[in-house]
This record gives sequence, structure tokens and C-alpha cells, in this order.
Amino acid sequence: MRTIKWSRVAINLTVIALIVVWTVPTIGLFITSFRDKQAISNSGWWTVFTNPQGAFTLDNYQKVLFGGDGLATAFLNTLAVTIPAVVIPILIAAFAAYGFAWMDFPGRRILFITVVALLVVPLQIALIPVLKAYLAIDLNGTFLAVWLAHAGFGLALATYLLYNYISQLPKDIIESAALDGASHFTTFRRLILPLSMPALASFAIFQFLWVWNDLLVATTFLGTDQDVAVMTSRLVSMTGSRGQDWQLLTAGAFVSMIVPVMVFLALQRYFVKGLLAGSVKG
Amino acid sequence: MERADAVATPPPRGIAQVLAAGVGRILVSIFVPVVAFVVLWAGFLWLKDSGAPRIVIVLVAIVWGIGGVAMLYVVANWLTEKLPATWQGRILPFVFVGPALAILTFYLLVPAVLTAWASLFDANGQEFVGLDNYVYSFTNPEMVTAIRNNVLWLVFGTVFSTGMGLAMAVLVERSRLDRLAKTLIFLPMAISFVGASVIWRFVYSYQPEGQPQVGLLNAILGAFGLGPVSWLTGEPLNTILLIVILIWGQTGFAMVIIGAALKGVPDEMLEAGRIDGATEWQVFRRLIVPSIWPTIVTVATTIAILTLKIYDIVTAMTGGNFNTQVIATLMWKQAFTFFDAGRGAALAIILLVAVTPVIWYNLRQFRGRAI
Repeated sequence: MRTIKWSRVAINLTVIALIVVWTVPTIGLFITSFRDKQAISNSGWWTVFTNPQGAFTLDNYQKVLFGGDGLATAFLNTLAVTIPAVVIPILIAAFAAYGFAWMDFPGRRILFITVVALLVVPLQIALIPVLKAYLAIDLNGTFLAVWLAHAGFGLALATYLLYNYISQLPKDIIESAALDGASHFTTFRRLILPLSMPALASFAIFQFLWVWNDLLVATTFLGTDQDVAVMTSRLVSMTGSRGQDWQLLTAGAFVSMIVPVMVFLALQRYFVKGLLAGSVKG
Repeated sequence: MERADAVATPPPRGIAQVLAAGVGRILVSIFVPVVAFVVLWAGFLWLKDSGAPRIVIVLVAIVWGIGGVAMLYVVANWLTEKLPATWQGRILPFVFVGPALAILTFYLLVPAVLTAWASLFDANGQEFVGLDNYVYSFTNPEMVTAIRNNVLWLVFGTVFSTGMGLAMAVLVERSRLDRLAKTLIFLPMAISFVGASVIWRFVYSYQPEGQPQVGLLNAILGAFGLGPVSWLTGEPLNTILLIVILIWGQTGFAMVIIGAALKGVPDEMLEAGRIDGATEWQVFRRLIVPSIWPTIVTVATTIAILTLKIYDIVTAMTGGNFNTQVIATLMWKQAFTFFDAGRGAALAIILLVAVTPVIWYNLRQFRGRAI
């Protein structure tokens, strides 16, 4: 009995140590984001516990959001990029998944295999050709350009996953809907979409995180101009051009984390499903 | 409903009426898509040049984007349903799968072919150079370092994230703090690599000796009387330290996914093993690991794909300086800083070739387990 108890204690201590190691870096950033420039460069963030004077200021947030860096604008841009870049590929993929699963047409199999095979193409491959095409039709730097790019890069996976789900739905309900005179479109809208909610939600969470946290696609197709840039590319510009303005960087990093962290905490269970589902993102 | 209409015999009508109805239908069929198109186009132009407050632009953009796509499907379907039944049956499937196929063709299929082609040409895409860009990729010292770094990322990132995730999943399961631990260790997954890089700057920060150290690692060294180390400038330690950021972010993912699989291992089997005299280690090694092996493979391959394509951490931490560059950062640099389309393309193709077997393996494990 005694040995078991000691191993319990050891396990709990180890777990506590791990929690500490995993959280300390984030706590450090959080504390730093409330310290002024002077304090940040003169002493480590941990000194606030022993010497709390001048520790707390909201200046960094005020400056980074509404000052020259305009992260408030970048926050809005990120929203404008993310929401459609999540909904559009899911909608398109759901239509395609239904078509592949429940409609008959020549070339169905080979087209579906092509979609799955495209999972291996890394998006890096597409950057130059797509950018050239965008520049030719003067589309680069618009939200539409980024939405469609994210749709393109997420669509193979989304179609594959939603196909797996939608093709497993019971055949009888779809057939009886057809017998009742429902068109494919009606069946899809009234029956398939509501029934597929779990799969749609899982993929949505995954795609949301992916788009919100993406740097490469947004930087390439939207650019780093302050008007249109998203938060990740603003943050990278801040680390590069003025690496010493740490106080702003910390506040900026926190602003960029708030939404995904809240989504994460609120939807943790679905999140796991979404990650499992999204595990093979190309 | 359309089909029911088609079956019912239409009431007899005069020729003029039929003609008028036909012309009316055609006119409406043209009118509706044109209106849809004009509305979307007007929205696009407005969004492009509007001087409205950002918040208004953003709201309009969201509604326009999502509504626009939905509207295209509705209009396409509406048009198709105007067609005779046989044509409807032929065209409707392509209304459903067509947009996805078109987008995939434009964003993945054609670019892959174009990039493969461009990788055989020089910087401007003018002169055919055969495999020179590939030879360059594997011989130029900077490139060789990048490839070495990617191998480091692949091996250390994958092994440590997965291994620690597995160990933690087993540990946390037996602890009272399991829920708290899972949430906190999993949390970095929600943070972008760029955000994570900012966090870790405060761990790796370095000031010359004598000045106050604000980086955690150097402060700890200082507490033991050891001199500060410039962590991010010396290779290959700097790449390893960047990999630590990835491990910090991905271990929680590995832990949660593997933890879910652990719950599925039947207790009776483990008990039987213990009764037969197996030590805890043997139970773990011989019973637990084999039964969750497919999950471990899925997690490992997923992280492996991530490490092969790693870009954000390197860009945000060192900008690829101090020999921390990887294939993806060099590819970007070649393509968009040096405007050498050929070399950039060759690197992209190398990336494709590197990830293909991993994704193929991942998919095989993954099949039938989706969602």
C-alpha cells in the first residue's frame, strides 16, 4: 500500500512540474505585456513578484491597438479573412461531398481519387503560380484572393473528410426524400447539412485555427500593408523592423491569441475531434 | 417537386401562349444570373476601393463573401432545374462537385504542374536548365544547411513531441490533476507559431554579460553563477531551440490524441498481464503501446508533415539567419526576395516529394477512422 501511495505522489509532482514548465513561458509573456519599456529591458518579468513597483500599465495595449501599429485594424482584417475562409470551403466541400457520395455521373470515381491525391500537394507549390495569376487579373491584395486561396488549400481535406461522413448517412432517408419529390438541392439543404453538423463543426474549428494562425498565405496574397495585413504578418513585421519594441510586441501577441484561446477553452471537446479530423492537412 | 410537375400533363394552350411562356422563361433565366453577377461584381468593386471605416468594410466583406458563394449555388441550381429532366440529371452533379473541382484545379493541380515545369528553367523562366536547380539545391552550402535543419526538425520535432505526448498521456491519466494538466499543456496548440515565437523570445533572450538578463534561461544560468549564452546565434543549438518551440506546441496535441486512444485499451487485458507477473514497464511496452500503435503513427506522421513544412517559427524567431533556415523559408526567399523562380520551384517540388510518402502513410492509418 505504501509504495503505491508514494508512486502517486511522484506522479502528481511530475505532472505539476510539467504544468509549470508548460505555462511559465506564456505567463511570462502575459506579465510582460503589462510592463513598460523601461521595466522590460531592465529586469526580468519574474521580478514583479518581489518588486511590484511600476509593474502594471495598459499603455502597451493602448499603443499597439490604436497607435502606429494599428493592430486593431489587423484584428478586423483577420476576422474578415477568417470567417469567410472557414465557411466558404466548408460549403463548397459539403456540396462536392454530397455529389460524390449520392449522385451518379461519369468519371465520379477518378475525379474523387484525384481530389484525395491532391492532399499531398503542399501549399508552397501554389504560391508562385497563384500569385502570378492573381497579379495578372489584379486580384492580389483583396480578401477574395485570400478566401479562395484558403479554400483551395483546405478543400481537398474538407471534401475527403465530409465525404467520409456524408457517404455513411443512412441510405433510406435520402431515398425517401427523393420519393417525396425533394430535389437534390432540397435534400442537401434540409437533410444533409443538418445531419452533418458534427462533421462540419469539427472541420470548422480546425480550419478556423489554421486560418487565424496562418502567416504564409496571408502574407503572400494579402501583403503586409497596414491597411490589409492580418495580425500574424503585423507581428512578424514588428519582430523584424523594430525588434526592440518588446513591450508592444508582447501586447500584440496577446491580442492575436485571445480569440483562438477562447474558442479553444469553450469548445475543447469538439476541438479534439477537429484536430483528429484535420490531422492530414496538406 | 420539379419532377412531379414534369409528369403531370400540361393543360392545352394556344401556340402564342406557349411561345410567350417560353420566351419569358428564357428571359428570366438570363435575367436572374445577370442580376446575381452584377450584384457580386458591384460588391467586389466597392470592397476594393471603398474608403468606408474598416469595420464597415469588414462586415460587408464577410456578408458578401459567404452570401456570394451561397447565392452562386442557389442560382446555378435554379437554372439547372429549368432544364428538361434528362439534362438536369446530367448537369446537376457538376453543379455540386464542379466548384470544388475548379478551385482544386486552379489552386493545386495546375500550380503543381507549373511549378514542376518552372523548376527546370532559370531564374526568369526563360532558359531551360534541366536539373540544375535540383543540383544547386543539394550542393549549395546554404541549401544543404536548410536540408540538414529540416532533417533535425523532422527527427527531433517528431520524436520528442510524440514521445513526450505519449509519456504525458500515461502520466496524466494516473494523476488527480488530469483535467487541468490536459487543458494547460494542450493550450499552446491554439496559439499561432508566430505568437509562440514571441512567447519564447522571452525565454531565449540574451544580453551581454553584466547587463540584466531578461530572458528566463539566461536568468536561471545567472542564478547558478554561469555566464549568459547567446542561444539563437550558434548552430546547430539554435535550430534545436527553435524545435523546442514546436515541441512545446505539439506535445499537447500528441498527449490528447494518444490519451483518447489509451481510454480504448481494455482494462482486463492489462490486468491479465499484471496477474501473469508483468512489470508496469512490460505492460506499457508489450500491451499498451502495440494496441495504440496506429494512433501513435497518425500523431507522428501528422507532426512530421508539419516539421517538413515548418516556416512560421523560423521566420518569426531568427528570420532564417544564423544558419537556421529551412526549405520553406529558403523557398520563400528564393521566390520572393531573389525572384529566382526556378530555384524556388525546385525547393517546392523537393518539399512535395518529401511529404508525399508521409501523407500517404498517414492516410492509410487514418482511413475509416475519420471523425
